Amino acid sequence: MESDKITQLYFSDVNMPITYDRRKFLKKLGFGIIIVFSIGKLSLLQGWGQNDNEEIADFNAFLRVKEDGRVDCYTGKVEMGQGIITSLAQAIAEELEVPISSVDMIMGDTDLCPYDAGTWGSLTTRFTDPVLRAAAAEAREILIDLAAEQLGVPDTMLEVVDGVVFVKNELSKKITYAELTKGKKIVQSLKKKPEIKKSKDFEIVGKPIISIDAEAKVTGKAKYSADIKLPNMVYATMVRPNVYGSKKILVDSSGLSVFEGAELLEEGDLVAVVHADPEIANKAAKKVKVTWEEPAAKADNETIFQYLDDHIQESKVFEEGGSLDKGRASSMKIFEANYYDGYKAHAPIETHSATCYFKEGVLIMWVSSQTPFGTREELSKALDMPLEKVHIKQIFIGGGFGGKVYNQQAVEAAKIAKLCGKPVQLVWSRSEEFMYDRFRPAALIKTASGVDNNGKLTLWEFDIYCAGTRGTKLFYNIPNNRTRMFNKDDIHPLGTGAWRAPGNNTTTFARESHIDATAHAVGIDALEFRLNNLKNENMIATLKLAAETFGWDSEKAKGHGYGIALGEDAGTSVAIIAEVYVDKNTGEVEPIRVVCAQDMGQVVNLHGAKLQAEGGITMGLGYALYEEIVFDGGMVKSRRFNSYEITRFSKTPKIECVFIDKMDSKPQGGGEPAIICVGGAIANAVFDACGARVNRMPITPNRILEVLKKG
Amino acid sequence: MKKSISFKLNGKPISVDVTGGEFLITVIRTNLDQTGTKYGCGIGDCGACTILIDKEPVRSCMIFVEDVAGKEIITIEGLVTNGFLHPIQKAFVAHDALQCGFCTSGMIMNAYGLLLQNPELTREEIISGMDENLCRCGSYNRIIDAIQTAATEMNEKM
Repeated sequence: MESDKITQLYFSDVNMPITYDRRKFLKKLGFGIIIVFSIGKLSLLQGWGQNDNEEIADFNAFLRVKEDGRVDCYTGKVEMGQGIITSLAQAIAEELEVPISSVDMIMGDTDLCPYDAGTWGSLTTRFTDPVLRAAAAEAREILIDLAAEQLGVPDTMLEVVDGVVFVKNELSKKITYAELTKGKKIVQSLKKKPEIKKSKDFEIVGKPIISIDAEAKVTGKAKYSADIKLPNMVYATMVRPNVYGSKKILVDSSGLSVFEGAELLEEGDLVAVVHADPEIANKAAKKVKVTWEEPAAKADNETIFQYLDDHIQESKVFEEGGSLDKGRASSMKIFEANYYDGYKAHAPIETHSATCYFKEGVLIMWVSSQTPFGTREELSKALDMPLEKVHIKQIFIGGGFGGKVYNQQAVEAAKIAKLCGKPVQLVWSRSEEFMYDRFRPAALIKTASGVDNNGKLTLWEFDIYCAGTRGTKLFYNIPNNRTRMFNKDDIHPLGTGAWRAPGNNTTTFARESHIDATAHAVGIDALEFRLNNLKNENMIATLKLAAETFGWDSEKAKGHGYGIALGEDAGTSVAIIAEVYVDKNTGEVEPIRVVCAQDMGQVVNLHGAKLQAEGGITMGLGYALYEEIVFDGGMVKSRRFNSYEITRFSKTPKIECVFIDKMDSKPQGGGEPAIICVGGAIANAVFDACGARVNRMPITPNRILEVLKKG
Repeated sequence: MKKSISFKLNGKPISVDVTGGEFLITVIRTNLDQTGTKYGCGIGDCGACTILIDKEPVRSCMIFVEDVAGKEIITIEGLVTNGFLHPIQKAFVAHDALQCGFCTSGMIMNAYGLLLQNPELTREEIISGMDENLCRCGSYNRIIDAIQTAATEMNEKM
């Protein structure tokens, strides 16, 4: 799926249920109190827990209080490091009044869990969490009603502590959730918005809770897709071309004969070797000679920007205000600049993997996918099987960042399993991971800004080539403005897709660099200039919090520079201020310190929110300073970590994350927002440190030295 | 022709039948079913497969199984003793020094190896000793803090 289509999904059909009869499933479930609801309708359309006449067959999330008093939460979302296995459990525990340790999260299993379009876009906390809370509150109300009946008192006399219902002021009269659910089966659809807790009553939400999966992960017990071993399983190695998009012409498998038990499998352009020993499969695959027809090279990593500029003419206006002519006329000074960003890899440490087998006509698979239900659909189409004959199982995912929205490896593994008739494991090599990644697209942004005599922005032109419009709605007060999006299908020589907060990284870099350059050109301090031109109160408060925390006015050490960037993503306002040291002789940048302030509404898990922001900033330093795919046409040359450098221990600065206190607001996104401001803040800090305005990411030593040389 | 290679894995004597030339990571994960050791790159760039061989941290994707004959190997599965987490594991949990968890085993094993060599590592020494281990989720600062906490606890016990 193209990145812009995913953006559309955010607003149209995220979580819309596929018609799928779950009555059968409900029958199979044991006793307990089961609350079913549709997150799509509840959350996206009405915002916060209203429901219409949903049929139980249409539900797509549910919660079950079991006979032992433990709580199962079934959600189609997956855990890939972003911490929702903890924060969702936290919200449920809060509303149900049970200890967090008695909540079990069942995630992403397509037979057990309700449909979900995918774990992306920092949607979980915004849209799943409120509805789960409502369901938990509803379950609590049912349990209290049952308790009132059993204890013979009105429900207003009752209170719950740790899953035990007490009569107020008469603590010996009590009954546990386990006793209440014993032998009962109550299935209820969430119909109204139950009373959910206000922040002043929170006991668990808002508290820093350590990740509940941490122990499994530090002991090596947490299972990922490649950790599954099935009886009689074979390991597959793909035979790949050197150039992306190549078509198979001829296969010469004569070299295979020396590898006893190695089997060659072919279907269309798929060529693979399987063997019971993964190392033999690997060695044997290297001996298979395939003649490929390679597509003509369109561009390389240096010519790509001109190529995009030359080949994309069509545009759509995204936002427009006032008149550009008027803006130009009223500007004392006009500044124009282009900004560039190369292709970025997701580079999760776990490569794309899948383990699968067929059992009685059903395909069962463990797969490193951010979209288990999407993968199920893809498999059903690719193998021409009914949807219900494909079962994706719950599994941990070793980092996604958008890259595991795409699951070519799942289709490859399933086809191979079908062809060879055995259980199959396919784990992409690091080289394949780089080659078949769906990169954050290379992008070009053309900007023009104008300022009047009072230091007010009067003109803003922003033409975005291939980075999309996410996060580009103007939060600066600029009366005459136009933002356009330029794009074209199949323009990229490589696979492209969504990368943690997709193009918002690129456009935020361009906007914030240009705002800074404009402020500098008119001789106004970067903080003052922004405060003077912002219209959004949340953003102003967030920036002020960042500036205070950072100490914007503090004295800089020699060779050090400070840089600000602001951005909006997933409902969250972000302000980042970075300090770097630049060695003017070598162009080397040392990130010293990053302060990040966020207005993300209610912070469900303070600790988790910090982890996500810190992680985003650390990862973001990579795209700002080091990461760029080197390629020639479809030939990806950056195929390992020594040629595609990501942030390391020694490059990680001190990071401090602070949040606006808004515990009574709706929670907003946390997985992506912080990362978008890293490029801009670093670019501006580099300029402040050494005077080099580098308009292309990554901001490498060579690019800094080139600008410094030009003077 | 298969040959038998013997070594100690997490304190237990082990013999595996191999053809030779297999990478240790494959034998640990596939033959011995110890899947806590992770494949991240297969060429020694990322450190996800780090284990200890005779107390030295080593990338198990870069060493052949026959080279560990007679040696003592410790993997992440070998750190828990009598049901108790090792101080490094405890500190990783306490500092939440992980997100997706895929680099974690390698991080912990590399840190363990460093601390066995020098129990009083400075922050700078931790950074340089850990620098070849990659984490994409961005937990580096927390990992450094966790290693410092663990070092303190390990030294108090000694």
